[in-house]
Amino acid sequence: MIIRKTKSVIPGFGLSFGVTLAVLSLVVLIPLCSLVVFSAKLTFAEFWHVITRERVLSSYYVSIGTSLIASLVNAVFGLALAWLLVRYEFPGKKFIDGVIELPFALPTAVAGISLTHLTTTNGWVGKLFDSLFGIKIAYTPLGIIVALVFIGIPFVVRSVQPVLEKIDIQYEEAAMILGAKRGRIFWKVIFPEILPALISGFTLAFARSIGEYGSVVFISGNIPYETEIAPLMIMSKLQEFDYASATSIALVLLTLAFVILSVNAILQSVVSRRVSGLA
Amino acid sequence: MDIRKNTGALKWTLIIGCSIFLFVFLILPLAYIVVTALRQGVQAYWNAITDEYALKAAWLTIVATLWAVVVNTIFGLCAAWALTKFAFRGKKLISTFIDLPVTVSPIIAGLIYVLTFGRQSWLFPILDKFGIQIIFATPGIVLATVFVTFPFISRELIPVLTAQGNDEEEAAALMGAKTFTIFRKVTLPHIKWALLYGVVLCTARAMGEFGAVSVLSGHLRGKTNTLPLYIELLYQGYDFTGAFGASSVLVILAIIILALRVWLEKRGNKELDISK
Repeated sequence: MIIRKTKSVIPGFGLSFGVTLAVLSLVVLIPLCSLVVFSAKLTFAEFWHVITRERVLSSYYVSIGTSLIASLVNAVFGLALAWLLVRYEFPGKKFIDGVIELPFALPTAVAGISLTHLTTTNGWVGKLFDSLFGIKIAYTPLGIIVALVFIGIPFVVRSVQPVLEKIDIQYEEAAMILGAKRGRIFWKVIFPEILPALISGFTLAFARSIGEYGSVVFISGNIPYETEIAPLMIMSKLQEFDYASATSIALVLLTLAFVILSVNAILQSVVSRRVSGLA
Repeated sequence: MDIRKNTGALKWTLIIGCSIFLFVFLILPLAYIVVTALRQGVQAYWNAITDEYALKAAWLTIVATLWAVVVNTIFGLCAAWALTKFAFRGKKLISTFIDLPVTVSPIIAGLIYVLTFGRQSWLFPILDKFGIQIIFATPGIVLATVFVTFPFISRELIPVLTAQGNDEEEAAALMGAKTFTIFRKVTLPHIKWALLYGVVLCTARAMGEFGAVSVLSGHLRGKTNTLPLYIELLYQGYDFTGAFGASSVLVILAIIILALRVWLEKRGNKELDISK
């Protein structure tokens, strides 16, 4: 990387750039390099053998499946919540707006043990579901989904909310004057505007869910082939000091996260182009 | 007629639906922690949260959080200054790397530090010679905490500085002000609420980090257990009063953080309106 600074009258480039690069190297770049160096030592056969083991494969399926469902649930409720917060006035609105960020502020392990206790067959919610519908929540994939819904709530709301706020009322008025019904205005005028933000919030929640550990380990019960998530597989390999396997599984997860975020990045640039009116 | 504001039935369906959703997923778990913590009486609760190991775990959490806030504040200010005041090659690459830690699974964050400083690393003999232990010790916990909160402050500052533009700083520089004078008198007043906001977010995440810290901690009671790890330990030992008691402390902190967030956002917006 060649650093060529264009002339600026503002001082402090050397200092700020130096500190930035030093801290960045120490905290992010060097550890990341060691991951690359370590993976380079793995042979492909070894890597392939680890990541195609049945137990590891099923952990990927569990992680991806539960994350996908949880993020879809959050997309629906996130959109509804954003709509509520932008378009309506009602008592308790400020409270809802503040409480949405709770999953960011509450430690994941704390949320994890609380949700687990609530949803076991002895818990307040678990007992209800067990006796009414015969559905068990804790220690099943459904439990994992519950935990992932909890941690994903703010992502969609906070992506959609600002876009919804910016939509000009003129478009809706024009559609109404032209005789469109409310539902049609929503699906044909408003929804296309907020769709990129919705997808972006969804992908952020999805990426976060796939890597989530703290809130899930308690509620999942960690039953092999059923409720073992991919980050847990890495954790258990680390506890056996089997760094090669841990790294192999991690590389697959990193690739997955990279793919998800690239899709998001492409969508983001589409969004910003649309907002600035270049498209 | 405001066409946005007369959908009575839909409005109340949405309000009730969303309220139930939020109540079940957010309020109920919170209330449950407090109720369970107090189930055995106030005395048992008090004993649980003033337990020697609980206090030591709380102390380690405070230490790690302080480190994360200090390192990330210094880094955030420098990174925001470098990235918004100057044009240079590789800028995009740097901001990508800054944002990377939040997109990586906490377990993988822990893993990369184990690979860097663990027994199989080339750094290990050097560190060992000087008697420095990083993983399974406090420095590892601090590093993991710094890592997972890495972009939290710079990410709040950069948009504010970008929106502000460089005119005022350029004027000050042309009039002969020194770097720190410009920063203190011109830049800081603009970014102080964003900075505080970032510090609050950083604190929230740092005190609650579980996955990355769990990988790097030796899980030694009273030595390398942070509060969330201590809660896990108690929970797995079926000490629910203890686990939920310690959790309730973090719940109170989370509520304080949420309140601070709302307040800071309001202050920040007010300031923005005045400057407009």
